[in-house]
Amino acid sequence: MADPMRVRATEAGGVVDVKILMKHDMEAGQRKDASGKTIPQWFISTVTVQAQGKNVFMGEFGPAVSKDPFLNFKYKGAKGDKVVVSWVDNRGAKRTDEATVS
Amino acid sequence: MNQQRRNLLKYSAVFGLMASAGLISEAQAQEWNKAAFEGKSLDDVFKVLNAGKPASSSAVTLVAPDIAENGAVVPVGITSTLKAEQMAILVEKNPSSLAAQFFIPAGTEPFVTTRVKMGQTSNVYAVVKADGKWFMSMKEVKVTLGGCGG
Repeated sequence: MADPMRVRATEAGGVVDVKILMKHDMEAGQRKDASGKTIPQWFISTVTVQAQGKNVFMGEFGPAVSKDPFLNFKYKGAKGDKVVVSWVDNRGAKRTDEATVS
Repeated sequence: MNQQRRNLLKYSAVFGLMASAGLISEAQAQEWNKAAFEGKSLDDVFKVLNAGKPASSSAVTLVAPDIAENGAVVPVGITSTLKAEQMAILVEKNPSSLAAQFFIPAGTEPFVTTRVKMGQTSNVYAVVKADGKWFMSMKEVKVTLGGCGG
């Protein structure tokens, strides 16, 4: 099971600021291990964010996104909205976390 | 029987290719734009995204440092005054140019910040699609310590 994300969502003036910190190695497939073998790519490929059941953000990552990806975006919403963040990596692992807008 | 065998062959070829690329999982069935992320150069990516040659525009702002001390973690942000529906971050000299792309539904601001890896000093591009047209903004980021090698 993948490690949990940290999701923080705060509302100001009708706009919700969402900050997400995912926990993932994001291996680019460029590095080699001690024996000289290339470490295979392993990265989050898609991120979907829903608020109150509606899609508010969709992202596709390549392996060039940093380890433990950070994401910040804003949508028009209100306090109390339920924000649900899910990601899928290139090996099919998934993780979903949620937060309530404050 | 021949047809079946042919199909089987075709499947195993594709399967093998995916396996060797380390991309084998049913989750790939999600519409992750593989071709775009495999594009080696800016032009490759623009072609896959059907972006043509994006016009430089002051309506697109790329927020990135002048100098990144650590190429493994370079904060990059895009904002725009346009009604953006799609945004992408490209690093010209990375092994694959496209770092990430984002889809912005109505009601979401044309604003995103993330962190990317950079192998070496390179031009970074913010590309925005609005009203079916593509616009971009570019900035050179100097990297003192690469983030792709090891």
